[in-house]
Amino acid sequence: MDEHDRMEPGTLQVDDPWYAGAATQEWEREAPPPSRAPAPAPAHEPERGSGNRQGAEAVYLDVQQSDAFQRMRRGYRRFVMPATTVFLGWYLAYVVAATAAPELMGRQVFGAVNVALLAGLAQFASTFLLTWAYARNARLHRDRTALDLRWDTQERIR
Amino acid sequence: MTALSLTALPPAALPLTGLPPTTLRPTTLPSAALPADPRLAAEAASQDHQGLALVLFTVFVAVTLGITAWAGRRRRGTVEFYTGGRLFSPLQNGFAIAGDYMSAASFLGISGIIALFGYDGLLYAVGFFVAWLVVLMLVAELVRNCGRYTMADVLSTRMRQRPVRLAAGASSIAVSILYLVAQMVGAGTLVGLLLGQSGGRAMTWTVVGVGALMVVYVTVGGMRATTWIQIVKAVLLMGGALTLTALVLARFHGNVNDLLNAAAGGSGHGASFLGPGLRYGQSWTSRVDFISLALALVLGTAGLPHILSRFYTVPTARSARRSVVWSIGLIGSFYLMTVVLGFGAAAVVGSGEVRSSSASGNTAVPLLARDLGGGAGSTGGTVLFAVVSAIAFATILAVVAGLTLASSASFAHDLWATVARKGKASESEEVGAARVSAVVIGAVAIALSLFAQELNVAFLVSLAFAVAASANLPALLYTLFWRRFTTRGTVWAIYGGLVPAIVLVVFSPVVSGGPEAIFTGADFHWFPLENPGVVSIPLGFLAGWLGTLTSREEADPAKHAEMEVRALTGAGAA
Repeated sequence: MDEHDRMEPGTLQVDDPWYAGAATQEWEREAPPPSRAPAPAPAHEPERGSGNRQGAEAVYLDVQQSDAFQRMRRGYRRFVMPATTVFLGWYLAYVVAATAAPELMGRQVFGAVNVALLAGLAQFASTFLLTWAYARNARLHRDRTALDLRWDTQERIR
Repeated sequence: MTALSLTALPPAALPLTGLPPTTLRPTTLPSAALPADPRLAAEAASQDHQGLALVLFTVFVAVTLGITAWAGRRRRGTVEFYTGGRLFSPLQNGFAIAGDYMSAASFLGISGIIALFGYDGLLYAVGFFVAWLVVLMLVAELVRNCGRYTMADVLSTRMRQRPVRLAAGASSIAVSILYLVAQMVGAGTLVGLLLGQSGGRAMTWTVVGVGALMVVYVTVGGMRATTWIQIVKAVLLMGGALTLTALVLARFHGNVNDLLNAAAGGSGHGASFLGPGLRYGQSWTSRVDFISLALALVLGTAGLPHILSRFYTVPTARSARRSVVWSIGLIGSFYLMTVVLGFGAAAVVGSGEVRSSSASGNTAVPLLARDLGGGAGSTGGTVLFAVVSAIAFATILAVVAGLTLASSASFAHDLWATVARKGKASESEEVGAARVSAVVIGAVAIALSLFAQELNVAFLVSLAFAVAASANLPALLYTLFWRRFTTRGTVWAIYGGLVPAIVLVVFSPVVSGGPEAIFTGADFHWFPLENPGVVSIPLGFLAGWLGTLTSREEADPAKHAEMEVRALTGAGAA
C-alpha cells in the first residue's frame, strides 16, 4: 500500500471540472442512509487487528454477503449489463447495416445528409449519452456506499 | 490507431523516407520532381515547410527531453516508475489516455480514408470510439481497484500467480510489440512522406531515432515523464485538429450541407461518397472482414496493456472513471473533427490530388492545411503544413513511449519479478529490470521495424487489437464477473485467444497470397479474412469457459469474495 492511500478520496476530485464542482456539493447534501452502513459482524470481532489471512478472508466473505454490498453490486450490474448489451448490439447492427445494406444506408434524408451519416452521428451521441448516464449512476448510487464499505473493510482487516 | 494509416498504407508503395528526429540535417530537394508535374508547386513549397517542420520537431523533442529530465530527478521505486506516483488528476489522466489512444493515424489516417473513400472511413472512427464504453463500464474502475501496475495483477488476484502472470505477461508484450513495430514503421514512412524526402538510410535513421527517444523517455522518466508527454501531445493534437476544423467550417460559412455537397463533388464519386460501400462493399469476404475488424476494435481497446496501465496513475477508482469520462469527451470530439477534416480535404483539396500525393490518403490533412492557409507557396500554407507535420510526429513519439513503458512493466513486474525471481526481487531490482527491459524491448522493436520497413505491415495494429480482444478481454471479463473462473480457465482463455489470432493471420492473405502480402513468392494462405477477430475472439471466450469446466480445482469462494469486494469498493487498493 502506498502512503497516499490514507488520503480522503473525496477531496481529490474537487477540482474536476467535468462536473463543475457539483459532485462535492451533492456528497455533502446527501445524508448517508443508515441502512447503507454494513453492520459489523460480531462473529469476527475477535479477529480484528489480528492481520492474519484467516481474518481477512472472513471479513471479505462477510462484506460480500452484507446487504449494502449486495445492493451495490446489483445496482452496478443492473446498469452495466443491459447498457453493454444495448450499445454492443446497436454498434453491431450499425456495422452490419453499413457493410451489408449500403443502399439503405445511402438513402437521403435531407439535403446531402443520408441515413448512414445520421446513424454515425447517432453512434457518437449514444456513446456520449451512455457515458453521462453511467457516470451519473455511479456517482449517485455507488460511490458513497463504496467509500463506506472500503473504509469499513480496511478498518476491520487492519 | 496507426491501424488506420497503416491499413491504408503499403509502405513499399510510398517514398520510404525520413529524417533522424534528433538531428537537424540540411534538407535536400526530392530529385524526382519534374517541371511538368502538377505537384511541382507542392514539392517546391515543401522546401520551406521542411525547415520550419524540423525546427518544430526539434522544439518538441527538446521539451519532452526536458520533461523526462525533470521527472527523472524524482524518487525511485516501483510506484514512481510504473505509475508516476498515482496522484495524477482525472483531467490530467484523461488527456494522457486520449494522448495514448489518438495516434498520427487517427489524425492523418481516418481523415485520409474519408478523403478517399468517404463514409467508410467514418466506420473506423465509430468503432474506435464506441470501444470506450466497454472500458468505462466494465474495466476501468475494477482494474484500478484490483491491480497495482499491470493487467496481470488483476488476472492473478484470485489465481495461482506464476502460470497466470506468464500467460498475461506474454500476451501483453505480444500486443505491445505488434503495436510498437507498426507505429515505428509508420513513423519512418510518415515523416518521409511529410518531409518529401527519399532514401532508405533516412528512413532507417528515423526508426532508430524514434526508438532511441522512446527508450530514453521510459528509462529516465518512467510513467511520470510518459504521462506528461502524452498530455502535451494531446493538447497539441486537439489544438491542431480544432484549428483546422474551424478553418474548414469557416470556408463553408458553417454550412455542413455545403461542405458535404462539395466533398461529394470533389471526390469524383458523387452522392455515393457520402454513403458506405466504396471501400468495404466490394465482396462478401471484404464485408465479413470489416465486421471482423469492427469486433476487434470495439472489444480490443479494453485489453490494451498501455491503456490499462493508465488507470494506475490516479489515486482511486472514482478518479479512474472520471479520467475515462474526460478521455471519452476528448476522443469523441477529436474523431468528430477528423470526420470534418476528411470531408473537408475531399471538398477543398479533392480526392484526386490527395491520391496522387499518397495512395493511402495519409497526406490529406497536411494538404488541407496547406490549402486552408492560402495554398502552396503562401506563408500561411507553409506554416500550417509544417505545424501539422510536427504534430503528427509528436503524436507518434508519445504513443511509442506509452507502449514501451507498458511492455517493460509487463516484462519486469510479471515475468521477471514473479515468474523468474518468485517475488523475491526488491523494488530497486525490479525498477532496474524494468529499465533494462525497456532498452531490450526498444532494441527488439527497432530491429523488427528495420526488418519490416520494406514490408507491408498494415495488418499489425489491427492484429494487436484482435489479440487484445481475443486473449486479454475474455480473461479480464471472466476474472471480474464469473465466480467459478479458475487458473486453468485464465491460462486457456489467454492462449486460446492469442494463438488462434496469430496463427490465423499467418495463414491469411496479408502474409501470403494477397495483393499486398508480405511474402510475394509463396502462397500458403487458407484463412480467407485479413482480420482474425470474428473467429479468435469467440475462441478466447470458449477456451476460458472450457478451461474452467475441466479444472480439477474449484474456484476459491474466499478469494472471489476478496476480489469482488476489492473491485467494487476499493478496499485494500494500491
